[in-house]
Amino acid sequence: MRVALAATLSLAVLGLAACGGDDSSGGSSSGGEATESSTGGAAASGETIKVGVLQSLSGTMSISEVAVRNSEVMAIEEINAAGGVLGKQLEVIEEDGESKPEVFAQKIDKLLNTDKVAVVFGGWTSASRKAMKPVVEGSNGLLFYPVQYEGLEVSPNIFYTGATTNQQIIPALDYLKEEGLTKVFLVGSDYVFPRTANKEIKAYAAANGLEIMGEEYLQLGDTNVQGVVQKVLDAKPQVVFNTLNGDTNVAFFKELKAKGNTPEQIQTISVSVAEEEVSGIGVDNLEGHLVAWNYYQTTDTPENEKFVEAYKAKYGAEKNTADPIEAGYNSVYIWKAAVEKAGTTEVDKVIAAAGGLELATPEGPLTVHPKNHHVFKTARIGVINGEGLIDEVWNSGKPIEPDPCLDTYDWAKGLADGEARKECDAVKG
Amino acid sequence: MIWGNVQTILNNLYIGITLASIFLLVGLGLTFTFGQMGVINMAHGEFIMAGAYVPYVLQTTFMEQFKGMAVLAALPIAFVVAGLMGVVLERVLLRRMRSRPLDTLLVTFGVSLILQQLAKDLFSANNKDVVTPSFLRGKWDVLGVSLTHTRLFVLLVVVVSVAGVWAFMTLSPAGRRMRAVMQNRDLASVSGLPTSRVDAITFFLGSALAGVAGVAVSLIGPIGTATGNAYILSAFLVVIVGGLGKLRGAVAAAVLLGVLNAYIEHFTSSTIGKAAVFAFVILFLQVRPNGIVTFRTRGLTA
Repeated sequence: MRVALAATLSLAVLGLAACGGDDSSGGSSSGGEATESSTGGAAASGETIKVGVLQSLSGTMSISEVAVRNSEVMAIEEINAAGGVLGKQLEVIEEDGESKPEVFAQKIDKLLNTDKVAVVFGGWTSASRKAMKPVVEGSNGLLFYPVQYEGLEVSPNIFYTGATTNQQIIPALDYLKEEGLTKVFLVGSDYVFPRTANKEIKAYAAANGLEIMGEEYLQLGDTNVQGVVQKVLDAKPQVVFNTLNGDTNVAFFKELKAKGNTPEQIQTISVSVAEEEVSGIGVDNLEGHLVAWNYYQTTDTPENEKFVEAYKAKYGAEKNTADPIEAGYNSVYIWKAAVEKAGTTEVDKVIAAAGGLELATPEGPLTVHPKNHHVFKTARIGVINGEGLIDEVWNSGKPIEPDPCLDTYDWAKGLADGEARKECDAVKG
Repeated sequence: MIWGNVQTILNNLYIGITLASIFLLVGLGLTFTFGQMGVINMAHGEFIMAGAYVPYVLQTTFMEQFKGMAVLAALPIAFVVAGLMGVVLERVLLRRMRSRPLDTLLVTFGVSLILQQLAKDLFSANNKDVVTPSFLRGKWDVLGVSLTHTRLFVLLVVVVSVAGVWAFMTLSPAGRRMRAVMQNRDLASVSGLPTSRVDAITFFLGSALAGVAGVAVSLIGPIGTATGNAYILSAFLVVIVGGLGKLRGAVAAAVLLGVLNAYIEHFTSSTIGKAAVFAFVILFLQVRPNGIVTFRTRGLTA
C-alpha cells in the first residue's frame, strides 16, 4: 500500500512539475476552430458595445496583471461616464487568463467567438500573446496588448501599446554605453521575451563594444536564485541587464542585497520591474537601481496628473501607477478614438482608422504608427528612489518610431527571420 | 588556480546546504501529515504562505516600531496560526477520507486554491515585503564564501526545528503515541490509543512547521499568494526521496538534492540543474521505491 501510494504520488508530483513548466513554454495555441465572423457588427448591435478584458487574475502573473486589468476597467468606466462610444455604453466582459498561455488562447476564443466582443484588451507575457495571436488572427478579431515586449512581431489584428525593443531595450543599452557601464551580465526568466531580448542585446553588444560577461536564465516563479547570483558576483560585471519577470525578481534582489552588493558595485537595469513590483521586492533592496520604461508615475504631464489622481481615488492612495498600467489605460482610449473615426466597431474599419491617430496620454503625446500597429513612445531611464517611486534620469527627447523588426539597425540584420520577417515585410512600403 | 577551484567547491557546497535547509524546512511538516498519515496535502504550500504573511502583518501593524522583533515573534505566532489551519482542515474534511488517501489530493488542492484566493482578497495580488531586521543584514566572509546572515538564520531555524521534532518524537509520550499510530493504526487503536486525537495533534504539528517555514522563507523570497507554489514541489520531493515519515531520511534527502542541484547548476544552468535533479529522483525511486530510509516491519502490507 505504502509503495503504491509513494509511487502514485511521485508521479503526481512530477506531473505537477511538468505543468509548472507550461508557463515558460513558447505557448502553443489551443484555440478551437475559428470561424470567419464579423465580430464587430454583432457587438455593436443592441444598446451596448461588448468589450473584453483578459488578464491573469490568478497565478504567478496576477501580481502584475491585476493592476493592468484595473486601469483598463477604469478607462472603460470613464468613457461610459462621459457618454460611451458612438452613443453606446461599453459592456465589459472579463476573463481570467490564469497565467497560462493555453488558457489565454481558450478565453480569447470565447470572448471573440461566443461573446462576440468588439475588442479585447489583455495579455502580459509574450507566451500569452503568442498563444492568443493565431486565435485573434483566425477570428479576424482585435486585440490591444499593453506590455513592452521583445519585438520581431507584427500582426494585422494586434495593436502593441507597450514598447518594442528599439523604444526600451536599445535606448537602455545606449544609456549604459554612454555611462561607461560596458561589462554586462544577462539574467532573465526562461521564456520567449528574455531569450529573444538577449539575442538582440548580444547583437548590439558585438557591434557597440559592450562585453557580455555571462547569460543565465531562471524558470518563471523560481526562487532558488543563489547559484545564478553567485555566477554574477564571480563574473564581476559592471551591470546586470535584468529581464526576470514576476516573483523571481524578489528572491534575486534580496539575495544580491544580502551578499552586500550595492548599485555602485554592480548596477542593474531592469525592464520588467516597475512601481507596482517595487513594494513587493522591498525598496531597501532596490534603491539606486535602474529601470527602463516609457512612463513613470512621476512623469510630468497634465494628463498624468489626472490619471494618477483618478487611479488612486479608485483603487487606493497606496497604489502606484506604472508603465503597463498606463499602456493598458491608453489602449482603451486609442480604440475609442479609432472607433469614433471609423464610425463603426467593425474590426477592419477600426484597424484602418487607428493608423496615424494622435492622442495626448499620461506618458505624453502618442502616435499610432500608420502601418505596423505599434505606437511612437519616448524612452525613459529611471532610478528607484527611497519612496519606491522612480525618478527619470534620462529620456530620448522625443517619441521614437517603433521598429519591431529592427530594420533601421545594421547590427540587427538577420535577427528578424522566418515568420517575423514575413510579418514586417507585409507592412513595409 | 587551485585556490579558485577550492573556493568554487566551497561556495557551491554552501549554496547546496542552504538550499537543502529550505527543502528540509518546507518538507519537514509533510513528514508528519503525508509521511505518517498518508494525507497528500496540497494545501501545505498555503500553510507556508500563511506563515510568510505573519511577519508582514506584524511589521505593518502593532509591531511597526520593532521590525526586527516582529520576525522573531512571527515564528511562534505562525506556528500556532498554521497549526490551527491544519487542525481545522483535518477535522472538517480529511477525517472523513481516512480510507481514501488519494482523494485527499483533490480535496486539499481545492482547499489550496481557496486559501490562495482568500489571501488575494485579504492582502491584494501584490507581493508584500518583510523588512530584513538589522541583525540579519550583512554577511561573514569565511574562506572566500559569503555566509549571509539571512541564510544562516534559515539554517538555524531548520536545525532547531529538526532537533525539536526529534525530541518530541522520541522523548515525549505524545510522540510515542504518534509513532505507534503511524506504524500500525489498528493495533494502536485496539491498544486503547485515541487515534483520532493523535491524528489531530499530528496534523497540527505538521501544519505548524509549515508556518515556521513560511516565516523563514519570507526573508529570502517573495511573500505573495503564489508563495506556496514555489515550495510545495520541493517539500514532496524531500519526503518521497527520504522515505515516508522518516526524519533521518528527510534530512539526508534534502542535503542530497540541495547539493546535487547546486553543483549541477554551477556547471550548467539553473534549468538543467532542476531537470537533472528530477531525473535523479526518477532513477533513484527505481532502485529504492521506498526512499532512503524505510520501515522495518513484519507486516505484509508495508
